Amino acid sequence: MKPEEMKLLGYRRENGRYGVRNHVIILPVDDISNAAAEGVAKLIKGAMALPHPYGRLQFGEDFELTFRTLEGTGRNPNVAAVVVICIEPNWAKRIADAIAETGKPVAAFSIERHGDLRTIEAAARKAKEFVQWAGELQREPFSVKDLWMSTKCGESDTTSGLAANPTVGRVFERLAAAGATLFFGETTEVTGGEDIIIEQCATPQVAAEFKRVFDNYQALIKSQGVDLMGSQPTEGNIRGGLTTIDEKAMGNIQKMGRCTVQSVLAPAAEPKGPGLHFMDSSSAAAEMVTLCAAAGSVVHYFPTGQGNVIGNPIMPVIKLSANPLTVQTMSEHIDVDLTGMLRVEMNLDQAADKAMDVLNHTINGRLTSAEALRHDEFVLTKLYRSA
Amino acid sequence: MPHNVLMHEEQDDVAVAVVDLQPGQEASAVTLEGKPVGTVKVLEPIPLGHKIAMRAMPEGHKVLKYKRPIGKAYQAIAAGAHVHTHNLKTLRW
Repeated sequence: MKPEEMKLLGYRRENGRYGVRNHVIILPVDDISNAAAEGVAKLIKGAMALPHPYGRLQFGEDFELTFRTLEGTGRNPNVAAVVVICIEPNWAKRIADAIAETGKPVAAFSIERHGDLRTIEAAARKAKEFVQWAGELQREPFSVKDLWMSTKCGESDTTSGLAANPTVGRVFERLAAAGATLFFGETTEVTGGEDIIIEQCATPQVAAEFKRVFDNYQALIKSQGVDLMGSQPTEGNIRGGLTTIDEKAMGNIQKMGRCTVQSVLAPAAEPKGPGLHFMDSSSAAAEMVTLCAAAGSVVHYFPTGQGNVIGNPIMPVIKLSANPLTVQTMSEHIDVDLTGMLRVEMNLDQAADKAMDVLNHTINGRLTSAEALRHDEFVLTKLYRSA
Repeated sequence: MPHNVLMHEEQDDVAVAVVDLQPGQEASAVTLEGKPVGTVKVLEPIPLGHKIAMRAMPEGHKVLKYKRPIGKAYQAIAAGAHVHTHNLKTLRW
């Protein structure tokens, strides 16, 4: 299946990007604004709150990452309009201004000198206006060149490296050739395959930047006086038959296929051009997927072996698995059954066709298993403790 | 299904069980393209997804999967044995 044969339908946003969902979100800037944000979402049908535990007394790079993630979440084309709620007005305005650059409707509310109840009422009136407006937006055809998508695997086992991850790699090769914008990452989890990523970097500068972020993560782990034995591979990985990080990494990097790495991105940073980009990121599923959505990805491939159940509130997460035990015992979580590859009844190109068919249906509005099961994990990456 | 273990590359030292394997059984390996690679007698129970040694390996041998070392054997491994955390360690940490 050629990417050009997919019939993609999405929401054209004011800045020309295309979304595949049409959410109105209520975005708290900090932990203490969660109650008000959730209050608005309870009152207004179609408004979704994104509560999280941070946003106060962070500083430096950690502060910037939290704000970039919140701004990026609001900027994502799957979001039609945003209500921002913060304890005080200045930070609310900073987030709202960054979202408003995209041209989408956004309104900011602050709690001090109003209290939760008056804030909820004012924000709910705006949220009602936004959901009624967003409800009239129509999907329209869009080109694969305007598709931004990401991948990250989880609860991997040996079947991930044999089948589900190479399937993503084959689809990504096709999408990259057709001009799509693609993300992968998981900086520590490529330990043992980093030389292969370096070989696939577009320029020596990109390779040097990849090596820099990779070495920084290794140094961070060392600075804690530990290694990742027991964390990489995880207990789930080991139960599934993966023995070493080297083996896990070789499976992980199958997701990039033979794509060229065009740039190395800071976490939650938007890429500047098409092709595959490496995002410096944790390998924890919900953190990584949240960062991808904040960087502008609108749909996500999540290959799993043992059955990670993660989802994301604003971005559909498509689960692919080739493990027959997982597909049988956790069928409600799996969108693409690739067990045929282990039986050698389905080759890599046929598997990629199947994954692209589900991708096309998902883009056009079919809910993924994670969406239907309300897996709305919104998890900020915290770099270090707050002041 | 004529095979019960899969190999990434023909020259790999290990294959992945795609069904639970029992001792005494013949493990029959193919590549993902379906090309037969060889057989070995299963020495111990090996669960679905776990690795089986396709040949005998001495202690210290760098075990190949994906045509690459995925770790070091820290005891001798017999052909047909279960290869996992009890006899294979990362080269990294």
